[in-house]
Amino acid sequence: MSVLVIAELDSHGIKAATRSAIRAASQLGEEVHLLVTGNDVAGIASEATKIEGLSKVLHADGPAYAHGLAENLTPLLVQLAANYSALIAAATSFGKNVLPRAAALLDVAMVSEVIQIINATTFVRPMYAGNINATVVAPAGLRILTIRPTVFEAVAATGGAAALETLTATGETGQTTWVSRDLVELDRPELATARVVISGGRSLGSAEGFKATLTPLADVLGAAIGATRAAVDAGMAPNDSQVGQTGTVVAPELYMAFGVSGAAQHVGGIKDSKVIVAVNIDADAPIFQVADYGLVADLFTVIPELEAALKA
Amino acid sequence: MKILVSIKRVVDYQIRPRPTQDGLDVELSNVKMSINPFDENAVEGAVRLKEAGVASEVVVVAVGTAANQDVLRHALAMGADRAILIETPSVVQPLTAAKYLQAIAQRETPDLVLTGKQAIDDDAAETAQMLAGLLNWSQATFASNIQLADGRATVVREIDGGQETVSLQLPAVISVDLRLNEPRFIKLPALMMAKKKPIETVPAADFAVSAPVLTVLQIAEPPARKPGKILNNVTELVAALRAEKVLP
Repeated sequence: MSVLVIAELDSHGIKAATRSAIRAASQLGEEVHLLVTGNDVAGIASEATKIEGLSKVLHADGPAYAHGLAENLTPLLVQLAANYSALIAAATSFGKNVLPRAAALLDVAMVSEVIQIINATTFVRPMYAGNINATVVAPAGLRILTIRPTVFEAVAATGGAAALETLTATGETGQTTWVSRDLVELDRPELATARVVISGGRSLGSAEGFKATLTPLADVLGAAIGATRAAVDAGMAPNDSQVGQTGTVVAPELYMAFGVSGAAQHVGGIKDSKVIVAVNIDADAPIFQVADYGLVADLFTVIPELEAALKA
Repeated sequence: MKILVSIKRVVDYQIRPRPTQDGLDVELSNVKMSINPFDENAVEGAVRLKEAGVASEVVVVAVGTAANQDVLRHALAMGADRAILIETPSVVQPLTAAKYLQAIAQRETPDLVLTGKQAIDDDAAETAQMLAGLLNWSQATFASNIQLADGRATVVREIDGGQETVSLQLPAVISVDLRLNEPRFIKLPALMMAKKKPIETVPAADFAVSAPVLTVLQIAEPPARKPGKILNNVTELVAALRAEKVLP
């Protein structure tokens, strides 16, 4: 048997997250095949045969696959599953949307957001926003996994020589129609993928104070601006800036928390950051327990000093 | 139009979860439990559709132990009309939950099922999509805007790097994101009124549901971060961050 990775496409071709899924798939110890679906994507499928570590690329084409709609894609996955021991995709919004639907139709207890593959049936996955790791065993038979792309290094896009096989498309179910897609062009980095994130808590006082205090420093650092749930609930920062278990989970190289107490839900959303800095006037704030560097000081003095130091 | 909202009772988001002594579960005894925050957005979304005259009835359903009465009562206080508890002996995994919800959806025949995009305990984000598959209904996940008209739902979905709009044929299953709305604060009169609303309990045994499950080998805290350093001033901080190569 072999393992089938479901490719995700964007305007540039196969996404890097899919190549991370191929790395994860190769750890199951079987041949790895890649399924490329889309509308008029023969060129991308043929390009995909060069991806490292694949023995076969399956290509299914048709307008029904143009936008990755789960309703149209799952019949194909269900049909292919009989030939495979595992179906794998990256835990992106695409993978998370499609694979559970297929899992239900195949009556499989799937494993989502795998961060470690111990053996072919045993996996580690995070729960409670990364505050807990669960080691789970999938039942015998078909396994369906999504993997967290940031923990599996993407295989190379070139160097391989896989066979190419064309499949018959399963067609349009007509249940859902794609209307439009807007990819955000932000004037600052996106929270979920920013290299640097600075965030503030309720102690920033007001929406005006929040913006006026954090924006200049964010500009100097090229950082995304995040907020605690308390700051969002108090109307100081927009909903989509909420960092934490119930907001956006971030993993930047540098996370700086200003006036953040360190509630469990916030800490859950930042713990994969490379370096965490906490600035809080309260020396007993729980945030200091997860911070790599802490300053027990008033953020309103620290932030201008930081700006000045970085500009110098 | 009838809307069914699926909710889950989870460890409150403010609580730091701990493994049990045997390392096979998360400690749930004497821990504050609440409605899953994303499910609260789903209840709010359904109640607003009712208040706007688009929906005629909002029914909430939970799959789990008898303790789920409290989160169902919370949803009733938010404005749901009635509640159903499918009572199981313990917390169930997503595929099992989806199969119970399928049974209730087949009995209740709603036009729309709403639920949170994921539960903040297992973070699986699977149940809504599984339910849609089992029912062979349309699905939209991570919704931040829902408009209903002419037998269709137009949904804005949060996707990686932006948003996407899709149009679904009803009936459909929609999982909602935080950005959909801000759940209302429940006032005392609403809480009192909710006590009079019905909660129907259906023993799980009434449905012939069986599903494969994952076996849990271990529940553990992830490896701890290395101990941090308290510095004295901004100069030391900048030097430290430059040494870590996270600042230019």
